[in-house]
Amino acid sequence: MAAFRRDLFSVLVFALVLLAAPLALTNDYYVSVLILCCLNAMVAVGLNLLLGYAGQISLGHAAFYGLAAYASGILSATCGLPIWLAALVAVTFVGLVAWLLGIPTFKLSGHYLAMATLGFGLIVSIVMNEAVELTGGPSGMVGIPRFALPGLSFAADLSYYRLLVIVLAAIVGISLNLIHSRIGRALRAVHGSERAAEAMGIDIGRTKRFVFVLSALFAAVAGVLYAHYLEFVAPSSFGFLYSVELIVMVVLGGLASVWGAVAGAFFLTVLPEFLRAFEDIEVLLFGAILVAGMMFLPSGLAGGARRLLGLLQPKRGRT
Amino acid sequence: MNLAALLQYLVSGLTVGATYGLTALGFTIIFNTTGLINFAQGEFVMLGGMFAVSFAHLGLPVGLAVVLAALATTVVGAVMERLTIRPVAGAPAINLVIITIGVSILIRGLAMLAWGKDTFALPAFSGEVPLLFLGAAMQPQSLWVLALTLSLLAGLRFFFSHTMYGKGMLACSFDRRAAYLVGISVERMVLLSFMIAALVGATGGAILAPLTMTAYDVGILLGLKGFAACILGGLGNPFGAAAGGLILGVLESLGAGYLSSAYKNAFTFIILLLFLFVRPTGLFGRSSGERV
Repeated sequence: MAAFRRDLFSVLVFALVLLAAPLALTNDYYVSVLILCCLNAMVAVGLNLLLGYAGQISLGHAAFYGLAAYASGILSATCGLPIWLAALVAVTFVGLVAWLLGIPTFKLSGHYLAMATLGFGLIVSIVMNEAVELTGGPSGMVGIPRFALPGLSFAADLSYYRLLVIVLAAIVGISLNLIHSRIGRALRAVHGSERAAEAMGIDIGRTKRFVFVLSALFAAVAGVLYAHYLEFVAPSSFGFLYSVELIVMVVLGGLASVWGAVAGAFFLTVLPEFLRAFEDIEVLLFGAILVAGMMFLPSGLAGGARRLLGLLQPKRGRT
Repeated sequence: MNLAALLQYLVSGLTVGATYGLTALGFTIIFNTTGLINFAQGEFVMLGGMFAVSFAHLGLPVGLAVVLAALATTVVGAVMERLTIRPVAGAPAINLVIITIGVSILIRGLAMLAWGKDTFALPAFSGEVPLLFLGAAMQPQSLWVLALTLSLLAGLRFFFSHTMYGKGMLACSFDRRAAYLVGISVERMVLLSFMIAALVGATGGAILAPLTMTAYDVGILLGLKGFAACILGGLGNPFGAAAGGLILGVLESLGAGYLSSAYKNAFTFIILLLFLFVRPTGLFGRSSGERV
């Protein structure tokens, strides 16, 4: 219970800090960057449950994000469904896809699993590009309405940002609660040794599928909120490179650390904005920072922070 | 079914497949000595094509340009290993994989700075008058690609079975620790594997460039196809990787010809997924019993 109370407290502080952040920022542009940070963080936290805790790789998470964005966009803009219903259907649909995909996919492991999820991501991205009548093809789809709930409007970026902070805080809270639960322990057991976990009575296949579907659902929630924020979606945002970027967020943030994934997502979303000043060599610096970060901070931002805290705290002598 | 058309698809599939195979071979060689998937492998292929274009632009004969391009990329491979892989040897595999992703972004960024975003063509090795064979038109360059790929494979086969270094690398792939114990310098073998992977990938990129053109960003897709090919062939088996590449190329070409060119890549990956679900360790991969 102490852990639960501590988590609840840290999530609340986190949400308050984020809600207060725009007060210190002078420019609307920063709010849009923060919005993207929150969206990426939602996906990264989910992916971290899969990769960091359960040790299962997915190179196809961009596809879940994109599928939800497109589904909700098409349902609300083309079919005229109310937005909340479109969003709900889109998230459910992605959950279903993930569940069905998980059945054959999690017979695979390691690099073969990476290939299968990668292949799924590529297929989805090709369909987004080629099914022009449905998706608008490579040039994307416009006219998606801004997210709204009955009686609530999020037309201003600032109010949209507040909505995202609340959703992100909920996702972080759920994740923290989950990893301290029986399922969380099962995930780590599967990561440690599948055979041993099986011997302890853990249903490996079900555990993996559960966390896969859950992380896909988080990605879907973010995807829906993305589509109804930008009011525009294009396949290039949901390609292989975005899946890779998500993995990098999780690893650079610190595997098996919920807060690490959040930090990684914020860091990697803000970094290109800072590097934009360097124009031509922007990509170059991004690559260099990635390599250097991984070489010198092997356990990610979360590990680095822990080490820093360890250095700052006065050493308690062992007596 | 039209035989000439079928033959045409087969030839163009095998030609592209040969490059996938060489890329896959690069993945496999590095995987065998380090257990890593090197995400920069596709960039080696891109560099091969781009260097060859540059050298040919300087007025060198095409053959020489290709050889120099392969050597230049080999140096890039060696530098990559020394600067980014060796200093962190022993780090968790996922970290090393992220480092290779970073290196691939870095190489792509450098290539964009050096060559710009234009598409380049390399002149064909021996003219572009198509050869007619049973009604199918064949580019002479296709024959060059197939012949050079086969000779490269033969050369590697000889290297791995008849030279001290080749055998050392094989030993590393069987058991790193045992290789250490019998006095093989595993570090040197890892360096060598990056160099050979770069050499093989760059050769593939350079000999395909006259047929498909090249640009700074072709490495991403070629890398993905190469990875798919070595998974299809069974990870860790060099000749499985080459075969996987050829199969992938032919599938893609048949899919584009008979089904839909827009969905040719989707078609390839759907087959790959179905195949993986039936045979989770690839075509020639051994199902390894896991040790607890």
